[in-house]
Amino acid sequence: MSASRLPAVGKRLQDWLPRLVLAPSFALILVFVYGFIVWTAVLSMSKSRLLPVYQWAGFDAYERLFNQPNWYVALKNLAIFGSIYIVACIAIGLFLAILLDQKIRIEGVLRPIYLYPMALSFVVTGTAWKWFLNPGMGFEHAVRSITGWENFQFDWITRPDMAIYTIAIAGIWQASGFVMAMFLAGLRGIDSEMLKAATVDGASTFTIYRRIVIPLLRPAFLSAVIVLAHMAIKSYDLVIALTGGGPGNATELPSTFMYSYTFTRSQMAVGSASAMVMLMGIAAIMVPYLYSELKEKNR
Amino acid sequence: MSAQEMAIATGAGPARWSRVVIYGLLIVFALFYLTPLFVMLSTSFKTLDEIRAGNIIQLPAHPTADAWGKAWGSACIGVTCEGIRGYFWNSIKMVVPAVLISTVLGALNGYVLTKWRFPGHKIVFGMMLFACFIPFQSVLIPMARVLGALGLSNSTAGLVLVHVIYGLGFTTLFFRNYYDTFPTELIQSAQMDGAGFFTIFRRILLPSSAPIIVVTVIYQFTNIWNDFLFGVSFSSGDNSPMTVALNNLVSSSTGVKEYNVDMAAAVIAALPTLIVYVVAGRYFMRGLMAGAIKG
Repeated sequence: MSASRLPAVGKRLQDWLPRLVLAPSFALILVFVYGFIVWTAVLSMSKSRLLPVYQWAGFDAYERLFNQPNWYVALKNLAIFGSIYIVACIAIGLFLAILLDQKIRIEGVLRPIYLYPMALSFVVTGTAWKWFLNPGMGFEHAVRSITGWENFQFDWITRPDMAIYTIAIAGIWQASGFVMAMFLAGLRGIDSEMLKAATVDGASTFTIYRRIVIPLLRPAFLSAVIVLAHMAIKSYDLVIALTGGGPGNATELPSTFMYSYTFTRSQMAVGSASAMVMLMGIAAIMVPYLYSELKEKNR
Repeated sequence: MSAQEMAIATGAGPARWSRVVIYGLLIVFALFYLTPLFVMLSTSFKTLDEIRAGNIIQLPAHPTADAWGKAWGSACIGVTCEGIRGYFWNSIKMVVPAVLISTVLGALNGYVLTKWRFPGHKIVFGMMLFACFIPFQSVLIPMARVLGALGLSNSTAGLVLVHVIYGLGFTTLFFRNYYDTFPTELIQSAQMDGAGFFTIFRRILLPSSAPIIVVTVIYQFTNIWNDFLFGVSFSSGDNSPMTVALNNLVSSSTGVKEYNVDMAAAVIAALPTLIVYVVAGRYFMRGLMAGAIKG
């Protein structure tokens, strides 16, 4: 009897083994991602300040959040930074990809140069640009002393009204090469027969790009917008390293807002509420995208 | 067919001039990307006097590695003045196990999700995929509490755990997409011959997995090395990883600001990922693309 049961047990184990192998990872994700999100949601509806307190407060923290002028500064900055970042990265990325697609002999040298910033930590990028943008000693000073143009000014990083643009510049520097690579991959995937036919019909290069090539790059545009929007919302390290959120709160973003309210200002419920708003923003972008990508794949 | 040929074919103006303009623009952009690295490097080899007297575009007149030595071994970060050396090792001790564990788990997950599908596998994958993209702010407070309860706050082991968990989605995604294209017939015939779950993985899939392993390891290495948010949230003082120490060094406002030391430290922090990029840029790119374009 035991001889006949053992293979049966072995067989059942074999059947369950794949699921058992996957289970720990899935359990970790369930608890540490989804469970924690629920936990944060609970905190955002509690009276927590310095430490978690599980006393129901309803949407009080959300109300306080949206009554914070600082939160509006953060949202406005994200809108400014995010839109410039996305538009400029795509413009530069597309432009470089099209230029690089003209049978450039030194493409193998140029491509890695455009892309290397993506391998750097945002903290390194922020440190480098902070130095470069330092008005007294950086780029401004260099231009003044080389050209003798004493009135040249580039002090954005110290100006509350302009500092957010320096974050955008550093961000664009870091990510535009990556967007270039996305578009280049798209360009290389375009059927050359179609372009030949258009050339035979007498269309100019510019027209071919505007009417045929760029519309064909739609998937690359979509991916680029999604990836960049996602990166913009999550940007934290770059701001901390470049401006520390300042001058004052001039470069506050939702990510830095969440951190400072939670960990330094002892407003944990408000911090949690801001984290939930960030999550909803990301979910609104990523869920439809991931859903459509997964569905397409299965067709 | 390139636009150059098109330009010639359509006879659109003197093609030679357009070539010059294209090359010129490409080189201007190359300078834009290279300048910050150049400025970092050149500043790190200058003395403070030279930095004050000259400008950032100039090459160091008398290159000296003093700032590098100080950044590595004696710069003050927080209350200790032992340079970034210790933090560099903290990062290594964090990155190596985190990359290895998350890659192994990702490979097994990808294998199960493509070759041993079960009802609901799509939902499981979808949930793991979305986990890649959450803003980590939404798990930061619970994670801090749990690490505290586990006795892992402010420890390298805690950071390894965090990076393994939040890297799982990406590693699973990479291997799943790779194994998806692997012929299922091979696995079915191996099953017919009586090979089990792990035998098939080890003997059939693993031998041809080298490219995706390289992509995953590089992607994870870069991400974890460059992480700042988890490092700053879950560690402090001597247990911080490199990125946090760099930020502390650069943003400290005590004493004379030593820009050359800051820049040397920044380059040291960037070196590991830069070296990986130079050696295996192709794989780095593939990881980025796979992480960006799903499905």
